[in-house]
Amino acid sequence: MSLSREDVVHVASLARLGMTDDEIDMMQDQLSSILGHIEELNELDTEAIPPTAQVLEMKNVLREDEVRDSLPQETVMRLTPAAHDGFIAVSEVLGGGEEGPTA
Amino acid sequence: MSLPNDLTLLTAAEAREALDNREISSAELTQAYFDRIRDVEPKIHAYLHLMQDVAMTQAAEADRRIEQGDIQAMTGIPIGLKDILCTTDAPTTAASKMLDGYVSPYDATVVSRLRDQGAVFIGKTNTDEFAMGSSTENSAFGPTNNPWDTNRVPGGSSGGSAAAIAAREASITLGSDTGGSIRQPAGFSGIVGLKPTYGRVSRYGLLPFASSLDQIGPFTRTVEDAALMLGAIAGKDPMDSTSVPTPVPDYTAAFPEDLKGVRIGVAPEYSVEGMEPGVDAAVKDAVAKLQELGAEIVEVSLPHTKYALATYYITAPAEASANLARYDGVRYGNRIEGEDLMDMYVKTRGAGFGPEVKRRIMLGTYALSSGYYDAYYVKAQKVRTLIKQDFDRAFESCDAIVAPTSPTVAFEKGSRLDDPYQMYLADVFTIPANMAGIPGISIPCGFSDGMPVGLQLLGKAFDEATILGIAHVYEQSAGWYKQLPEL
Repeated sequence: MSLSREDVVHVASLARLGMTDDEIDMMQDQLSSILGHIEELNELDTEAIPPTAQVLEMKNVLREDEVRDSLPQETVMRLTPAAHDGFIAVSEVLGGGEEGPTA
Repeated sequence: MSLPNDLTLLTAAEAREALDNREISSAELTQAYFDRIRDVEPKIHAYLHLMQDVAMTQAAEADRRIEQGDIQAMTGIPIGLKDILCTTDAPTTAASKMLDGYVSPYDATVVSRLRDQGAVFIGKTNTDEFAMGSSTENSAFGPTNNPWDTNRVPGGSSGGSAAAIAAREASITLGSDTGGSIRQPAGFSGIVGLKPTYGRVSRYGLLPFASSLDQIGPFTRTVEDAALMLGAIAGKDPMDSTSVPTPVPDYTAAFPEDLKGVRIGVAPEYSVEGMEPGVDAAVKDAVAKLQELGAEIVEVSLPHTKYALATYYITAPAEASANLARYDGVRYGNRIEGEDLMDMYVKTRGAGFGPEVKRRIMLGTYALSSGYYDAYYVKAQKVRTLIKQDFDRAFESCDAIVAPTSPTVAFEKGSRLDDPYQMYLADVFTIPANMAGIPGISIPCGFSDGMPVGLQLLGKAFDEATILGIAHVYEQSAGWYKQLPEL
């Protein structure tokens, strides 16, 4: 399995990961090599095997729908890199750069 | 009990007895660890943040509790916490620039349980960034050195927690194990490391890496100490819906005298090409010792073992890529402003994450992306079923499985950094237990090339008692735990 440079750039964009050109080159080599090792899973016929997402036998763990205290707003707002009038501030979402938020 | 001059030589169980008999105070014990840290920490770098003021206050409070007879297993015991467990009174950085300076507004459940018991927190220990790595070299704040040979790695990702125990910089430490990150560094550092069953210990407040695999557990000098700590942190937590209500037994009370009637499985798949001969020899000697102690050794087969590593390097990065999406520079953590929101995300994440974290986010994003989801992610989930079925079948004919913890002893720093897959191979024997969700413990079983070798015991789900019992009997008879590194 080998990844193209375009593949790497596309995946980096999906993951919102900024990378330098050197990092992209290195990532292309390393991911291709790792995926090459992962190809060995294709030796196994898993057609009739059900997937396992997690190993516990529990499912649908429910609890009472009770109102409980949450963390105080000011405690949580102290963590944000930028606040404005009690809101978390970010730069504009719509009409920003060329790619836009749905790219 | 005759007390050593250096109180850090006491095991946690011995310290418990000395505290309860008023032979020592928690303040004295805690001070002894900070004195030790002053002497050896410059050579080891086990800690990212020390909590001396918090610790001395906690120790004084513990001494008051002990005076009043209000004593629990961890009252007054000095503990180190992997810096991926949330604490309200010290930073929690996951050894990442992304969270440099972050202080959590809440405690992890294991942390609050230890606080309730009156434990003493020494500090936060070093780790590979977001627990991704096998050597602790992926920490954004510098590597940790192996106390047996400071040119070598202590293993990882919980290398700071492992080195802190080997160097006697805490009585007990906690780490997390997603693919071996407790057992492998315990093996490399010549100490005990226990990964409990998935669901045995609450993960609330553990910064998530791969949520279907992560589990918190202790590093200790003895199996008894690991059993005591597991008893203190295990059990159902309403804040973690994957924690299981199965009752928590008294693990030390269940320790057997010998191994008569115990069936221990040996699987040929855990003897691989490229394995260090000294490791192989030490493990074979340990198996002979287990037999001598009364165990029946049975051959079992785990035919899909060789596929576990590839399965893991799809499953864990896939889960990580989703989990680490939360580090977006908006609500907490560090932010690098950009031209617009998208540019801010890309710059923040590009600057905040180190190379290994980026590699795993990329792998996981790729495996989950349109067109590759079935070929990689679903395929890996199906192979995970086969790996789990291997263990289910093997445990029909044995009570525990014995294997090496790692194919080699601790390697030299820098020697595997250029080849990620070589680094991943360090966890080839520990990953299967995470895929199956079963418990595993690593205990010292000798030396190769002057470095400690780890013996791994794997047990049935929620049967930590059996592997702790076997490990305790072996440990007390073999005595490796008495050997300490010279620093």
